[in-house]
Order: sequence, then C-alpha cells, then structure tokens
Amino acid sequence: MKEHRRTLALILALFLIVGLAGCSGGNSGNQQQASEGTTAPTDERTVSLTPDERASKDQIVIGIAQDLDGSLDPHQMATAGTREVLFNLYEGLVKPANDGNLIPAVASEYTVSDSADTFTFTLREGIRFHSGREVTVGDVVYSLSRAAGLNGGEALIPEFALVESVEAPDDRTVVVRIKQPNLEFLASLTAGIIPEGYDGAEGIPPEGTGPFMFVSRSPQENIIIRRFDGYWGDKPGMALIELKIVEKSETMLMSMRSGAIDFAAHVNWDWMQQLGDDFYAEDTYMNLVQALYLNNAVPPLDNMRVRQALCHGVNRQEIMDILADGKGYALGSSIYPAFGKYFIPELTGYYDYNPEKAMALLADAGLADGFDLEITVPSNYTPHVDAATVVVSQLETIGVRASIKQVEWMSWYTETYSNRQYVSTIVGVDAATMTARAMLERFVSDRHNNFINFVNEEYDRVFAEAIAETDEARQTALYKRLETILTEQAANVYIQDLCDYIAIRSGIGGYLPYPLYIIDMAALRYTR
Amino acid sequence: MRTIVKKTMAMMATLLAISILAFLAFQILPGDPTVAILGMNTSPERVAELRDTLGLNDPPPVRYGRWLSRFVTGDMGRSYSMNRPVAEQLAGKVQVTATLSAIAFVMVVLLSVPSGIFLARNEGGKADRVFLVLNQLLMSTPSVLIGLIFTYLFGLLLRVFTPGQFVHLSQNAGAYYAQMFFPALAIALPRSAMTIKLLRGSIASQMRQDYVRTAYSRGNSRAGALRRHVFRNAILPVVTFLALTMADIVAGSIIVEQVFVIPGIGRLLLSSISARDFPVVQAIIMMVAVLVVFVNYLADMINQLIDPRIRLG
Repeated sequence: MKEHRRTLALILALFLIVGLAGCSGGNSGNQQQASEGTTAPTDERTVSLTPDERASKDQIVIGIAQDLDGSLDPHQMATAGTREVLFNLYEGLVKPANDGNLIPAVASEYTVSDSADTFTFTLREGIRFHSGREVTVGDVVYSLSRAAGLNGGEALIPEFALVESVEAPDDRTVVVRIKQPNLEFLASLTAGIIPEGYDGAEGIPPEGTGPFMFVSRSPQENIIIRRFDGYWGDKPGMALIELKIVEKSETMLMSMRSGAIDFAAHVNWDWMQQLGDDFYAEDTYMNLVQALYLNNAVPPLDNMRVRQALCHGVNRQEIMDILADGKGYALGSSIYPAFGKYFIPELTGYYDYNPEKAMALLADAGLADGFDLEITVPSNYTPHVDAATVVVSQLETIGVRASIKQVEWMSWYTETYSNRQYVSTIVGVDAATMTARAMLERFVSDRHNNFINFVNEEYDRVFAEAIAETDEARQTALYKRLETILTEQAANVYIQDLCDYIAIRSGIGGYLPYPLYIIDMAALRYTR
Repeated sequence: MRTIVKKTMAMMATLLAISILAFLAFQILPGDPTVAILGMNTSPERVAELRDTLGLNDPPPVRYGRWLSRFVTGDMGRSYSMNRPVAEQLAGKVQVTATLSAIAFVMVVLLSVPSGIFLARNEGGKADRVFLVLNQLLMSTPSVLIGLIFTYLFGLLLRVFTPGQFVHLSQNAGAYYAQMFFPALAIALPRSAMTIKLLRGSIASQMRQDYVRTAYSRGNSRAGALRRHVFRNAILPVVTFLALTMADIVAGSIIVEQVFVIPGIGRLLLSSISARDFPVVQAIIMMVAVLVVFVNYLADMINQLIDPRIRLG
C-alpha cells in the first residue's frame, strides 16, 4: 500500500511538472510577439506603476472596453474603437480638427478644382514616418492607390471606389482625380499615409506620421504606444500610453479606483459618483443618432401613420431624464448636432410627445387596439438596452405592446442589419467621416446598407442631385431636404445623440472633444 | 498493451467528435468573421473578396477537412481577425491560464481533503453543522461574485493587491505567482465546497460498512479505522470528481480572468467567439478537450492504483 501511495505521488508530481513545463515552454513565443516591432525595454511598461509614478514619467493608462481590430491597418478599420485610437498614429493628407473642419496634415496645403473632381496637394516639408524616414510623394501615391484598390482588388475604403487616379507630377505634389464631382471627398482623404510597399501580410501595423507610434501589442491585454519625437505638430504631453483592455464594466470601475487606470471614455453617468475626488468628468456627445429604427417594409410599420404614432408616443426627454440625468441632445432626424451647417434643430420638435395624437393616428390606421412590436437590441450596448426598457413602458401608454429581444452583437449585425429580419431595433448610427453623405446615403432605396428598407422616390432623386452638386450652399440645402424627408415620413423614431462621459484622473488635463468618435491623446498632459 | 491501444482509440474518437460538434456549432451561429475584420462601413464587394481569401465560400465538409488535416500535423492555422498563427497567439495565454488553473486545483485539493476528513470524523458535531452551512453557502456562490468581493475587499479596501494590474512572468516572477492567489481562490472556493461535501458523504457512508465494524472489533480507534481502511475506499469517487473539477476550473478561469483582468485564454476565447474567429476557438476547445480527456484517463489510472480490483478496459 505504501508503494502505491508513492507511485501515486510520483504520477501527480510528474503531471504537474509536465503541465508547468509545457506551459513555460510556450512562453518564449509570447515574448517574441510582445516585443515585436518595439525598441522599448520592458521597464517602459506602465503596468506596475502607481498614478504618481506615472505622472512623473508622463505616462498614462487608458482603459478601453474591447480590443482593437486585428490588423491595426489604417485602411481597414472595422470598429469605432479602433478609429478612436488610430487617429493618434496615422494622418491623412488632411485630418479632422476638433471644430469639425479639415486641416492640412501630411499635405501642407491643398486646392480643390471648381469642378470638384480634382484635388491637388503639396507635401509638407520635412514630414517623417515614425522610423525617421522622410515621407515622399511615392508613399502618398502608394497609400491612396492601396486604399482605392487601383493596383488590383477592391477598394479597401469604400469611399475610395470613386478614385480614378492618383499621380505625382513632381516630388512635392500629389493630384487625386475622382470619377464624378464630389465636394465631400476631401473628408475621405483623412485616410492614413503609410510607407510604400506595406501590405499587411505579417499582421504588424505600418508606420504612420501621427503624434504617437506603435510599441507593442498583446491581444486581449493591451496596446502600448509612445510619443513620436519627430512629429511635425505640437509635441504630445504624454511620453507613453498603455491602452488596457477591460471588458467588464465593474472591473473597469475598480481598476480606476485602485489606481491601475487613469482615463476611460464612454463611462456611465452613475459611475462618476462612485469615482470620487480622484477623477473628474468631461461630458461631450457620442456623435451618433440613437433611434428606434423601424423596418419600413414590415406591416404595420409600412404605414406612415403608424410610424408617426410611434414618434408621438415616445418621450425623448423622459428617456434622457431617467438614464442620463437629463443630458443628451434630442433628435428628430438622422443628422446629429456636430454636423453644424447640415443640422436642423427645428426637426427635433416636429413630433411632440402626444399620446392622444398617437392613439388617434393608430385609430386612423385601423389599429385602435394597438399592436405588438418587437424591439431587437444588441445586448452589449447598455445605453440602447436601457433606452429600450423606457421606450417599452412609454409605448404601453398608446396601446402598443412592445417587447425587447436582446441579441449578441454579431447576431444583430447578421440577422437585423444585414438580412433585415427584424421589426424594430434601438441602436446608434454614426459616421465614419464628417460628411452628410455618410449619414444619409443609407436611406437610398437600393443601397446595400439601407437596413430600414426605406423607399421614397423623392429621397432617391434629391440624393442623386445632392452628391452631384458642386456648389456647397446648394448641396447643403439638398442634404437638409433629405433630412426633412426622413422626419416627415417618420422613417424612424429618433431619440437622441447620447451624452458621453469621460472619466479623467485629477491632474491630467487637455481633453479635447471632437465631433467624431475620436480621443485626441496628443492633447492630454499632466498639469503640474 | 491492448487496453492502452483501445483507450487511446477511444480518446481519439472523443476528440474527433468534439471537434465536429464545435465546427457544427459555428455553422449554426449567425455571423461571419468578415464582419469583425471589415466592420459595418464596408462594401459588399470587399466582403465577397475577403470571404474568398479566407476560404469561407467552400462547403462546410471541405472547410472542416482542411482544418482537420492541418490540425493533426500540428498546424493550428491562422486567426482570421488577427491574421497571425493561432499557436503564436495562444502561447503566452496558455501559460497564464495553466498557472491560474494549476494553483486553483492545488487549492481545491489542499482545502477539501483535510476538511472533508475532519468533518467526517466529527460527523454530526457542532463544527460539522456550522461548517456544512458555510459550505452550502460557498457552493452556491459563483466565482464571479467571489472575485468581485475579493477585488473590493482586498483590492480597494485593504490594498493587498491592485485590481486591474497584471505582472508578466518575465517582469517579476514573485509578483506573477502572488497575483494569482485571489483569482485562484475565487475559482477554488465553490469547487472545494463541493469536493468537501462529496468526500464527507463518501467517508460517512464507508464508515457504516461492515468492514469498518470489523476493524473496530480488531481494536482500531475511529481515527485508525479511517486512516487504515476507510480513506482508500472513500477517496475513489473523489478522484473521479477532481478530474471533472479540472475541467470546471478551466471553465471558471474564463470568467474570473475578466474580473481580475488576467490575460489568459478565457478572454481570448470569448472575444474569438464574438469575432467568429473559428481557428482560434477550435484550437482552444481542442486544448481543453485534450486536457479533460487526459485527466479523466489519469483519474482512472489513479483509481486503479488505489484499488487494484478496478481494472482498466
């Protein structure tokens, strides 16, 4: 029996050793991966420092709720979260400023032809990539041709399908020609300029010209970026930034309180109360259109009066009062306030909260007894799930029996958004570029991403006119007409542009809100 | 020899069945890896092009066959969304999860075996009754909750550790193992409680057997009978149960990794499922499956060593 016991112990010990050895055997691979493309020694990792130690070294840890895209390729950005970060690493010929205008970046100046189909850029003198190499017109031509798929394949950036040619007549000038006049195309030229020859095959992000450079990445753990000392613009305040992935919101909150994280965007309003004096909040808008999007092809929502009834039956102010202490911007159409000249504030009041009117409209449509309405919501977006809960109780008042169906995001994307197998859904729709087109094109009848099945002959006609218009004032008027049609037709039940809270550790300043989903990390600095 | 061959064949068949089930599950799930790669702001032409590049347009049996033929040669393929070899992506994560699981497993054994014996010896006593209530409470508390309580209590109030920070083995080995303590304990507590309950029950039922009365009649004390005769019989179901626990611990670590911000395979698995990154998910499932099948096999062997009457076959 003793012998057996010894054998048993031996086997267990062997098992443990094999297990542990096997694990540490895989370790070398990880180190390689983590240090790939980096010159920073391990001690530059911010992980085990205290907030004070970080402050003395100009380092900051920013918490993000999900990992960035796999590729970190500026021409293939899939998620808003990736755009938000890569804004700091890559620059286009022009880049968005925080007032919503485009300012020169890799180009120092540009001209747009009167016909709005030729864009001429002068390369900025002395601008360098993160490796220190000077940017040439060859890099610019390569980058834009790659984004446009001019060397074979499809356009990597959909808007670039419009590009006809990219040429460099001399070593300081780049000329971009497009197939049809398009005033707004300039906004697409914010696409990152990368070194000639980069093909993304190795899964390593390319160099850029932005204020920060890539250091290392560990999937589902962090991304580390470092100040680029050769940057042409203002020197960033932070020397090193760790973007730490924390999926669970409770954990994010505790990590901030513990001192592990200094900055987190898109936090809940009630968090700020729990964070205490160590943090302060900046509030801005999320720059999206949150709405109860309606499948216009499904009865009874194919009846305009029913859709109008829903608009009168939802109390936007109450939603904001309950969920965000009254903050947010109530909307009446598919353009949010940051769009400035395109935004029509009056449309917000087009449908007032009026349950009697709503019920009268329903009765007109032969639905005096109300109807059942299923609202699909992607479960990972708390603001939309919460809004849905309030909407359900509001619609009860007008006799509409609404129910919530929570689905995983990928299911939402496939079933609801792509296959349009849904009745209604609450989500936020945003814009990749600051163009009215980015917001309004999706409602053209035969558009592949017209997920609400909106069909309106006038809309299609005006849209075609708008994108072909070369006079800015006239174009703006046409876009405003489109916006108004969406409201008149009650295409969707528009709710709000959500208030976005950013929690920042006291002692860190410089946060700049943008009209796009962006964090300008170069502006952040310690205020001593 | 024949039993080993038979056993190995059975293990292979199990693993094959698991891989087919995992593959089928992915066919049923709505969604497409191209979405995670290209996002919403893309053109249908790009999606079609990428689907073609990734080989997603081939019929399912062809795709499964392609995956299998590479997997058996040790090639786990490339992650769709990261565009990197899966093996490279898993390497560092496996180490972390394995360390966490191993510590949690040791904790389960260290906590449950002595406590189980102690309780069985004092069956019906005051300590036993108090312990049982506590045990029942622990058994029904999920690891996530224990983890959150630990983070709040030991992290924020007592400042024993810093929630949200993770130290790599290469940075500081001592800190690396130390930081695993609370996460491992959060995983181990509910499992220990179950093991204690099982062991206590198992010992108690053995104590009522005839051979124990015989042992008493030969002059053994209660402790002596327990040590010399009962324990070996009572431990058999516990060994089998511990083997199952191993699988459960790995599953538990998936959730606990999120609470403690530990970069292990659990978080990778969850994000890979939502990105429909099939090669990564399949690789993780197969690793866990191999572990579970192997541990079960090991448990059979250990049981046979303890009690030679049990024959492998």
